[in-house]
Amino acid sequence: MKEDLLKVKLAFDNELENVNDVKELGELRIKYLGKKGLITDILKKMSELNIEEKKSFGASLNIVKEEITKKIDENFTKLNSLGLNEKLESERIDISLPSISLKVGSVHPLTKVTNTILDLFISLGYDVVSGPEVETDLYNFEMLNLPLSHPARDAQDSFYITDETLLRTQTSPVQIRSMLKNVNKDAIRIICPGKVYRRDNDDATHSHQFMQIEGLVVDKDVSLANLKGTLEVLAKTLFGSDRIIRFRPSFFPFTEPSVEVDVSCFKCGGEGCNVCKKTGWIEILGAGMVHPNVLKGCGYDTNIYRGFAFGIGIERIAMLKYGINDIRDLYTNDLRFLNNYNRIDGDK
Amino acid sequence: MKLSRKFLNEVIDINDIDTNTLANELVLVGNEYESIYKLSNATNIIVGNVLEAYPHPNSDHLTVCKVDVGDYTLQILCGAPNVRANIKVMVALSNAVLPSGITILKREIRGLESNGMICSLAELGIEHKYLTEEDKSGIHILPNDAKVGEDALKYLQLDDEVIDFELTANRGDLMSILGFAYEVGAVFNKKVKPLEYKLNNEVDDINNYMSLTVDTSNCPLYLGRGVKNIKIGESPIFLKSRLIASGIRPINNVVDISNYVMLLFGTPLHFFDMDGLNKNILVRMASNNEEIVTLDKNKRILDNSDIVITSDNKPIALAGVMGGLDSEIENTTTNVFIESAIFNPVSIRKTAKKILKSEASNRFEKGIDKCRCYMAIDYACYLLEKYASGEVIKNTLIHDAILNEEKIISITLNKISSILGIDLELNYVVSLFNRLNFTTKTKDNTIFVTVPTYRLDISIEEDLIEEIGRLNKMDNLESKMPIMPLKAGSYEKEYYKKSQIKARLTALGLFEVVTYTLVDNDMVNNFNNNNKEIISILDPLSADKKYLRTSLIPSLLNVLNYNVAHGIKDIDIFEISDVYYDKDKYTPLLTILTNGNYMTNELYKLNINNNFYLLKGIVENLFNYLGLSNRYDFKVTEIPHYFHPYCSSSIILDNEVIGFIGLIHPNVSKDKVYGLEINLDKILNIEIRGIKNKEVSKYPSIKKDLAIIVDKNIMAKDLIKTIKNSGKKLLEEVSIFDIYEGDKIDNDKMSIAFSLKFSDSNKTLTEIEVMDIFNNIINDLVNKHHAILRDK
Repeated sequence: MKEDLLKVKLAFDNELENVNDVKELGELRIKYLGKKGLITDILKKMSELNIEEKKSFGASLNIVKEEITKKIDENFTKLNSLGLNEKLESERIDISLPSISLKVGSVHPLTKVTNTILDLFISLGYDVVSGPEVETDLYNFEMLNLPLSHPARDAQDSFYITDETLLRTQTSPVQIRSMLKNVNKDAIRIICPGKVYRRDNDDATHSHQFMQIEGLVVDKDVSLANLKGTLEVLAKTLFGSDRIIRFRPSFFPFTEPSVEVDVSCFKCGGEGCNVCKKTGWIEILGAGMVHPNVLKGCGYDTNIYRGFAFGIGIERIAMLKYGINDIRDLYTNDLRFLNNYNRIDGDK
Repeated sequence: MKLSRKFLNEVIDINDIDTNTLANELVLVGNEYESIYKLSNATNIIVGNVLEAYPHPNSDHLTVCKVDVGDYTLQILCGAPNVRANIKVMVALSNAVLPSGITILKREIRGLESNGMICSLAELGIEHKYLTEEDKSGIHILPNDAKVGEDALKYLQLDDEVIDFELTANRGDLMSILGFAYEVGAVFNKKVKPLEYKLNNEVDDINNYMSLTVDTSNCPLYLGRGVKNIKIGESPIFLKSRLIASGIRPINNVVDISNYVMLLFGTPLHFFDMDGLNKNILVRMASNNEEIVTLDKNKRILDNSDIVITSDNKPIALAGVMGGLDSEIENTTTNVFIESAIFNPVSIRKTAKKILKSEASNRFEKGIDKCRCYMAIDYACYLLEKYASGEVIKNTLIHDAILNEEKIISITLNKISSILGIDLELNYVVSLFNRLNFTTKTKDNTIFVTVPTYRLDISIEEDLIEEIGRLNKMDNLESKMPIMPLKAGSYEKEYYKKSQIKARLTALGLFEVVTYTLVDNDMVNNFNNNNKEIISILDPLSADKKYLRTSLIPSLLNVLNYNVAHGIKDIDIFEISDVYYDKDKYTPLLTILTNGNYMTNELYKLNINNNFYLLKGIVENLFNYLGLSNRYDFKVTEIPHYFHPYCSSSIILDNEVIGFIGLIHPNVSKDKVYGLEINLDKILNIEIRGIKNKEVSKYPSIKKDLAIIVDKNIMAKDLIKTIKNSGKKLLEEVSIFDIYEGDKIDNDKMSIAFSLKFSDSNKTLTEIEVMDIFNNIINDLVNKHHAILRDK
């Protein structure tokens, strides 16, 4: 009987080698392990043996049976995975075909720049405040130290609606509104975005409507050096961390001292190129210490409080930052133009 | 302001400073320039003497000239009509480069050699507007004293450099050479040269010729002098070249002197032909409809805001702006009356705006120093005596209503340091003031600064601080972040909500656009819903920018049409903008327009059209995002005329109409454009509930479908409302999955099929429980809406 078992084992090994697929393997299992299988046959014949023989042969039989079972299981796993692979291969796709582009819009580049600036100033503790575009002459000019006689009014030729009201020429009247609203006449830190209007004929660099962001700090001990520190952070945020700024004295009726702020050229780094007109510097905004007449007019004690303020033209920043050559492109709203801004800003 | 280097050098020695350094240092103290240029870029131009001139044998317009250029004689061919023998001319030698870029080379013209070129002023780069008629059409003939062989540009003093400054509005003092001299002196620590002038021989008395009355407070200073027997002629070379460098056309010695003095002192003078005047000079406001013919031969109608100079009460000049024709200086003028005055800047500004802005009016507007007026009138007399052989009449007519007060401002060192944010030494600060020609006295740390009269811009401490900041070079200022209490920055609520709306709409595939507030008549009147009171601009730039829009729809339609015209047909855009009407009120509007496909992909057979329901979905998505679920509704009410009356709806929030949504009326847009317009006022200010967690059911839900037949005019939302009301808490979801109208049912009926989902968060629902509710729902639909259950 031992010989029979050995034969069966050898025969199985032989047959297993010729098995090609799951179906044949299933048949092989039935042939050896089925109810009428070869192993079962041998098991049935064991009744002919005595107890001693049964014990020793039973052990051998079990070993062979386990081995066959194990080999069949192993082969099942192997053959299954071979079949799956074939199936998977038949499902191959061309990953180079175009994608399904999803519909996602974007904010206007002017909003994008505005958001960047507001985020910075909110992180510095400023409050975002807005004001009306139809403004009084009083807030837009008079209280900003621009009396009717002031020659600087010519530079800001305005759209008047009545003798006393006009489309605001700057976001600075929001300063006045905020200072007047402050009952305790104490510290203020605000940033005010909005549309402004000037009597300019539209061309590549002029627009009768544009956006400004006004910043104002009123506090007890702020200085021109503090203004520079603040604006340097702004310049780095907008144009890259290795930017520096310089102040040039200038004149605005509502600030004294007044400065124009230049940023070191982000294209050439200050060596001189076509962007900075070979000067290494690009003018980006105007700023200064709030004129005492403005503070006094809003009820502040100028012996205690002073302030600094700055005004940024958003179009100018967007044009510099993104290399837009014609300001009118920002108001044409060509969707191909707008879609170019449908992404995050870069590091440089 | 065009600053001539030679002119400046007359009053301050700048020989050791090159022009670029000069300009750039002035930029750093606040004076921007537009350009720096040489008055003439020509090289190698010398004085020559034409010895012989005869016609070219082979040409009818060329002249053959033998020109003595010093060491030798050149043969030069010349085409100018005014060339002749025995004149001094400017010769461009071989290898000379002219401003046009031409290099002069020896060449042959029609068989004869030409070794250079006889030049006109235009060929040297002098603009036509500065040239005399003769100079415009021919070569420039030099005065006889020009030395043969010397540098012709140098001789004509055209070897000058000019910096064209763009001055700030406060620095009226820099509209003069003298003013710039003080500024340059402060920057480079130099002293201004004293102006020396003395009248040799004064005759008569002006009071015998003229009398002066000033009858308006708009003329606080008026000085008048006379010069007799002048000889009108050509100005000396220096005078002409200074004027050209400064951008003023030389005319004759008398007019040129008037302009030269204005440029030097910054005080405009007016010269009258004294013989055209009567004795009584009266300065007064014009009366309404009074007339004057100005020297440009135009009749001007005046009003009572114009200041006039009158003679026997008849206007002879529009003060500060333009002279009258009758008293103009002409070639026959022999006696001159000189005016040096100060007029009210506001009045001049108004008049100049009406008539003509000029070098003079510009200076009057920015303010004039009284001391300079006194100096200028005497200096003009001095020049007329020297260069026009005039006899100066003794004495000056004076009306002077300006107080003689020293302007002293006290300031502490501490204040200067703390406002600039830098520590400065007292001695250093004092030295800076002194460089500016400000005199100082100090007591402890307080500095008493006396400001010269020409610095009209300086009146308070902060002005002095700016001067120190300027001269200390602001570009060196150290950056320091302010030290302030830490505090959270915040968005104004309305601004925050607007940003959130933008964020959601862009996530939903829409593009934000920004358009103009000012629109034309059609854009405002064709979209005026509810007869709003339109706001218009008093003095619009153009008809298309006359009104403040009340609706964004026309602006967005323009954007849409622009894009369609450029081949972009699938458009989803929005704008959020305030609109203004009814005075003092503003309304924040959100407008969306959509056109074509929302999303499409031919390759993958994907297509979502823009239509009413998609736009409705966008609004609902937005409102849900803003925490407004269950508070909004869509109702058929009165719709603005620019929407399709049957494909549009109003948008309701908390029972109030806040906007409209639907197809844009075909009269307004031929394309199928869907749009919405929402007044955001309520949404921006509304209080919304906080997010509350909702337990998600862990038990399975049961789905049931239901199809009913109802009247066509029943609204789906009413059926859903009934289903929800009777389904109560266990009805988790209801949706419509089919609507059918057609042959199989009556004409006035429709079939509508719902999918219902039931669940209980506490247990597994049984079929019996669900059927109970389901039957209730059917009963309610039958009772309330006469629904007929459709066969399954």
